[in-house]
Amino acid sequence: MTDATPLIEVPPIEAPLIEMRGVSKRFGGIHAVNDMSCDLYPGEVVGLLGHNGAGKSTLIKVLAGVYPPDEGEIRVNGAPVDLRNPRESRAAGIETIHQTLALADNIDAPGNLFLGRELLTPFGTLDSHRMEHEARKIIQRLNPNFTEILKPVRAMSGGQRQTVAIARALYFNARILIMDEPCAALGPAETRMVMETILALKKEGIGIFLISHDMHDVFEVADRVTVMKNGKLVGTERVADITPDDVLGMIILGKKPGGNGAVV
Amino acid sequence: MKWAVMKRGTMRHLLRNLGIDPRFSSMVLALVVIWLCLQFLTDGIFLTPRNLYNLSIQTCVTAVMACGMVFVIVARQIDLSVGSLLAFTGMVLAFVQVHVFAAGQALADSDLGWIISILAGIAVGVAAGIFQGIWVALAGIPAFVVTLAGYLMFRGAAFLVTDGQTISPLQPTYERIGGGLGGSIGPTASSVLGILAALWLVFHVWHTRRQRRRYGALQAPIWVDVLKVIAGSMVIAAFVYMMNAYPDPSSRDAEGNRIGKGIGIPVLILLGVMIVLTFIATRTRFGRYVFAYGGNPEAALLSGINTKRLLIAIFALMGTLSAVAAVITTARLNAGANSMGTLQELYVIAATVIGGTSLAGGLGSIPGAVIGALIIQSLDNGMVLLDVPSAQRQILIGLILIGAVWFDTAYNKRAGR
Ligand SMILES: Nc1ncnc2c1ncn2[C@@H]1O[C@H](COP(=O)(O)OP(=O)(O)OP(=O)(O)O)[C@@H](O)[C@H]1O
Ligand SMILES: [Mg+2]
Repeated sequence: MTDATPLIEVPPIEAPLIEMRGVSKRFGGIHAVNDMSCDLYPGEVVGLLGHNGAGKSTLIKVLAGVYPPDEGEIRVNGAPVDLRNPRESRAAGIETIHQTLALADNIDAPGNLFLGRELLTPFGTLDSHRMEHEARKIIQRLNPNFTEILKPVRAMSGGQRQTVAIARALYFNARILIMDEPCAALGPAETRMVMETILALKKEGIGIFLISHDMHDVFEVADRVTVMKNGKLVGTERVADITPDDVLGMIILGKKPGGNGAVV
Repeated sequence: MKWAVMKRGTMRHLLRNLGIDPRFSSMVLALVVIWLCLQFLTDGIFLTPRNLYNLSIQTCVTAVMACGMVFVIVARQIDLSVGSLLAFTGMVLAFVQVHVFAAGQALADSDLGWIISILAGIAVGVAAGIFQGIWVALAGIPAFVVTLAGYLMFRGAAFLVTDGQTISPLQPTYERIGGGLGGSIGPTASSVLGILAALWLVFHVWHTRRQRRRYGALQAPIWVDVLKVIAGSMVIAAFVYMMNAYPDPSSRDAEGNRIGKGIGIPVLILLGVMIVLTFIATRTRFGRYVFAYGGNPEAALLSGINTKRLLIAIFALMGTLSAVAAVITTARLNAGANSMGTLQELYVIAATVIGGTSLAGGLGSIPGAVIGALIIQSLDNGMVLLDVPSAQRQILIGLILIGAVWFDTAYNKRAGR
């Protein structure tokens, strides 16, 4: 490891929800994630930052079970896990909102919300009514203006699609939430809603990895930021101890504030 | 005129608001036009009870497989092997029926023999489908390549079952499945079935209205639904009437008059396949996953769907339906011949695409595929009546396949997909 992850003052009994140590993922010659380490505690929001192509999405896809890592160890609730596919990641209590949203365009909002985890009738058939009802409830909460949920998501606006993806991650009461640029397509009101939702979830003790290019949003909700550059860890800092300019320096120059030279 | 200035997109919108699927209705319209043309060209032979009965039986083989092909194409795959697999499963089936349960043995006379032979054929179909699915899903080889190989291999396998010998005759009871002698349910049962179908239509339309009302969805005007029920009932009545009007040479009533044949058993098999597959497509997880995978394979994977198993299951389903088609084919021929199902894959794919299943994936309908099969078989049947040589028929079917895909591409572009 290039750099020790700073320890933070959390009660010692509290195990991290997620601990990643020395995780690497290569695509052919590209070292998308290179010896990356980070962690996430209950009730905490960690902003995951970095330039385009820094490896943020790849890192969280490792957590989401999409790409098994080439090297490194992942612990969930202190226990080492082997996340070989998205099902195992979900089973470990991790919900992910992917940057691409991962919606099936030809299917409506309830269908997408419950995709892979459909509610069934006692006969084992799809319980469309109950799924629609549940979908309406949670979507109402996020975006009260969004009522036409029964058309294919292809026919929805970017923000509505994003709302569906967020609703899907929230519905299942995960302990760990990963959000890859959840507000990229949202209007100001909807972004507010998501930010407030994040703060509310934090109070419930849920741990959240938030990827965003919006420094303002990150500083509003995050407790710590973890910065990546070219697949490597630049550093993890407490938001309280750092300014947005410092973070910008970490992202662009790959240098920690107080600077003992570039680490990457 | 208000109508004259309406853009086509508006028209489509209008139809949709009326609860009419524009694509489906244009297909039905195409079918009507084709029938009228053929009726005219064949000097009235085409729309006779006898020819329509034959057409209904011919359509079943293509339609049964087209229903399965809907799943395959919706999931962005293709299966070019279905015609050859029909031959292979059909040969295995005939072999089991004739050679394994050889005449004279007890099993050959009871119904158990042919039932087991059907199960054997289906088992081979499932196994062949799984074999292809594994190469596609686990080895990542494009379905086009795998099933093109299957096209060759299963044809070869069909030959090997008896070294190219035709197996015949099959059992008399089994033969009835093909819709030939005694292969229909007679006028009374046909009429009852027709009435039940009409009642179901009424119930379905009423149920849809009630559901839409309950969920506050857009409701089509009542006259549209009434018209739908009337039109549907008329089609059912005309069909039953025509089937009943075809005299069955094998049965006479007490006065020695010929009794009408009624609906053929293959048509019942097709109905069963349609009901089961529509149920699977719309009410089960498997169906939902097939559509989700076709809409966005990555999303399906990220949602935790076991996409590999899904693909294998799709090919297994297609294999099953190829075997069902083989049952109808062998029963109709009263034989197993390794040339069965030649070029059938093209008919099946054309029928599916004409029926509104998009090659881009994620979109398809089973009733549409059946109408598509009816269109293809009507053209084929009509050309036979017109003595068009098979070479020309092949050229025309090929052109229709291109035309259907072209229509699909153009339609999707307009619809903004
Ligand atoms: N499936 C893949 N195959 C090959 N290379 C990939 C793949 N996924 C990502 N990469 C490469 O890995 C690197 C990291 O990509 P990643 O998507 O993780 O970046 P990111 O930090 O999320 O960027 P952005 O801010 O633009 O979303 C990039 O160089 C990218 O080209
Ligand atoms: Mg990214």
